[in-house]
Amino acid sequence: MFALFKWEELFTDWKEFAAGFGVTVLVSLISLTAMLVLSVTAGVIRTSGSRIVKTFLLGFIDFFQNTPLVVQLFFMYNVLPRMGLMLSPFACGCLGLSLYTGAFGASIVESAINAVPQGQKEAAYSQGMNYIQTMFYIILPQAVKIALPPLTNQAVNLIKNSSLLEMIAGGDLMYHADSWASDTQYYGPSFVVTGLLYLALCLPLSKIAEHLQKKAAAV
Amino acid sequence: MSAVFTADNMIFMARGLGVTLVIALFTIFLSFIFGSMLGIARFINKGWFSRFAGIYVDCIRNIPLLLFIIGFRFTLPLPPMVSAITAMTVFTASMVAEIVRGGLYSIPKGQWEAAYSQGFSFVKTMAYIVLPQAVKKILKPLMGQFVSVLKDTSLCQVIAVKELMYSGMIVMGKFVTGTQVIIMYGFIALVYYVVNTVLLKASERITF
Repeated sequence: MFALFKWEELFTDWKEFAAGFGVTVLVSLISLTAMLVLSVTAGVIRTSGSRIVKTFLLGFIDFFQNTPLVVQLFFMYNVLPRMGLMLSPFACGCLGLSLYTGAFGASIVESAINAVPQGQKEAAYSQGMNYIQTMFYIILPQAVKIALPPLTNQAVNLIKNSSLLEMIAGGDLMYHADSWASDTQYYGPSFVVTGLLYLALCLPLSKIAEHLQKKAAAV
Repeated sequence: MSAVFTADNMIFMARGLGVTLVIALFTIFLSFIFGSMLGIARFINKGWFSRFAGIYVDCIRNIPLLLFIIGFRFTLPLPPMVSAITAMTVFTASMVAEIVRGGLYSIPKGQWEAAYSQGFSFVKTMAYIVLPQAVKKILKPLMGQFVSVLKDTSLCQVIAVKELMYSGMIVMGKFVTGTQVIIMYGFIALVYYVVNTVLLKASERITF
């Protein structure tokens, strides 16, 4: 692992790792956007929709939360083509990650909306606001503050989980690291560099989450 | 349908579930011990061990579990099961440490001061006053983490540990039609779902 020539080899092949890193960042950004949209929509519906819709949605959320992402990804990769829907590994990854993390995000948004005092809603109604105005101008801005720290943690989880794309040949950082390592047999250096790259992505985010949490606790 | 749920297949899958549960139980047990130690050390925030705990938690928590599972398998001379459990313990301990530290922080300062004013030592305050209160706050996130551990055991299939998911994939190898494969995936998902739901429901019934 500490032999110098292995590291030299690794740094001559840096493009391989850079390509993987790019894919990981891209997948994370796309899924993060989709996941935010999904979780806010689902969270709002969970607090105000009709009962049948709410129960239906809870079933979905529970299912995605309690089954492994691996099973979901393999399902999309192996089974959907048999049903006539062929997705690229990249698309599979984006879809799976945003649905899986979105399920967790939905619970976070739901409990954040519930944490805003009921009086706020009543006050808004008494001022003649309708439901949508109340939600957008009064409830959601307050809920965002509560939901932000756990959502940032979910973003970290999403980036880490994007390494599962390796299993469906998604071409992300983990995939390139693993294939480079099995080509050259230099496992140690490859995994150390990969770990550092993931750390560079996730450590700032989780520090931000920690900071937000402290700020929320201080108020 | 009858080709999917034969006795042979079910016994094979049951064995896979057994391996999954063994990995999960070992990981939960070990990571609870190490994680609590690290979390308490981070809370005390004094001495070299707490500094080590801080660095450990910051680094390990931000690296994907898959990297540990693959990395440990290829760099350490351990049998597959042991290396899987080691990798998962290393990772989960850091998550548990954060949960424990959060729980300890949430206990108001007044509790400490009251105990000290009654002549309790640090260890006694911890054991009789703070920990019993912290346990209640820790329980829910801890159970969430343990459900994650159960789900994450499915990652061990990359190093060919025959857990539930891997057994399922092997069984699927002899299927011909798409329907059989779909049923099998549904079945695997259902087993994970049931085990996790049982764990969550059981933890909700624990009261102090």
